[in-house]
Amino acid sequence: MVRINLTVDGARVADDVEPRMLLVHYLREKLGKTGTVVGCDTSNCGACTVHLDGTSVKSCNVLAVQADGGEVTTIEGLAQDGQLHPVQEAFRECHGLQCGYCTPGMIMQSVDLLKDNPNPSEEEIRLGLEGNLCRCTGYHNIVRAVQHAAGAGGTQAAGQTEAVQA
Amino acid sequence: MIPAQFDYLAPSTVEEALAALAQHGDEAKILAGGQSLLPVLRMRLNAPEMVIDLGKITSLRGVRDDGDAIVVGAMTQHSVVGSDPLVAEHAALVSKAVEHLADVQIRHRGTFGGALAHADPAGDLGAPALALGAQFVIQGPGGTRTVPAEEFFVDLFETAIGEDEILTEVRLPKHTGWGAHYEKFVRVAHQWPIVAVAAAVRVDGGSIAEARVGLTNMGNTPVRAHAVEQALVGQPATPDGVRDAAARAAEGTNPPSDLNGDADYRRHLATVLTRRAVLTAAGATG
Repeated sequence: MVRINLTVDGARVADDVEPRMLLVHYLREKLGKTGTVVGCDTSNCGACTVHLDGTSVKSCNVLAVQADGGEVTTIEGLAQDGQLHPVQEAFRECHGLQCGYCTPGMIMQSVDLLKDNPNPSEEEIRLGLEGNLCRCTGYHNIVRAVQHAAGAGGTQAAGQTEAVQA
Repeated sequence: MIPAQFDYLAPSTVEEALAALAQHGDEAKILAGGQSLLPVLRMRLNAPEMVIDLGKITSLRGVRDDGDAIVVGAMTQHSVVGSDPLVAEHAALVSKAVEHLADVQIRHRGTFGGALAHADPAGDLGAPALALGAQFVIQGPGGTRTVPAEEFFVDLFETAIGEDEILTEVRLPKHTGWGAHYEKFVRVAHQWPIVAVAAAVRVDGGSIAEARVGLTNMGNTPVRAHAVEQALVGQPATPDGVRDAAARAAEGTNPPSDLNGDADYRRHLATVLTRRAVLTAAGATG
């Protein structure tokens, strides 16, 4: 067992973990943060995306011991004082989900994308989310949600998206 | 689907890491960013008894200017390399290749040295490193040695790094003012290329004065397309000028056949992608 100290969603935690434990399993099974889901287990789908030291990572592809000394933010740490994060709000507003399984990862990656690029084009959004798969194929509304969150304007963005579809 | 048990060390200096490697020998595996190693461990394709994590060795991170070369620390993440202004100015081919390597999350964790040491023939960094004539700085118990790119890649997933050695940095000779492009053919956005071509050209007065071309996934190692490079010299940077040279891209290659395409298909792809890569690098369209 290896001792790790880290901050998760603003709270300091310390634990003894097996070196082989994946960060996603640590978050879910040790800390009970089941908002971060395991999708594919092969680092393809991005459903398990969290932020580690300020950038997005696939938490099934990071060992818990590698997060020692680091700061992790999960989907459960986005809302502040009962207020949804603007990207969460936008996903709700634009119905950026169907079954919802990919949503935690989509939102975490969208937050990361908007941090680096506050006004992304549709292509930049699709490229920025290329590591996140939606098996319902609900990508159009996900892109609209990111545009909405970026302040690109809900109805205008929706019109553009429909024009692309047509 | 979690890894088999292993012991774990996270040394804070290269010397400590080398000592751990010397002690554990071939039972140990080096962990860089983990974006290739962790999938291997999860699928239990490999089960090392000891994992030595280089993540706490801060001296292995960063990009610096060293006269005639840009030096990239082995543990520098792809996202850092991809946005580094020194790399963009003097080794633009690497910036272009990193831009579409895997996906954003993988680029945040994966490292320049880790990907090159993994030596996946479908990896995106080998061909640009080979084309630019990169030098690999490898540290071992006896000191440091420098290996040129053409000797670094030995075979499928095999490099010149010895069992008791660690790749510490990669020197990219400056190609300031050269045009560069990485043309990658994929079926799914974030997957490995079926074939990709890394091209850097120096255009002088509308003609190609010098060219460097590397091929991804056209053999067990990255391949340098010498015949194309030679044929390009003196040609106008136009579709007609480049076509015949690009047609030689598959000469001397031994590409794999798999579900994505057989070897003949890859040879054809190499010629098409080489034409596109060279023309885009030269600032022409076609």
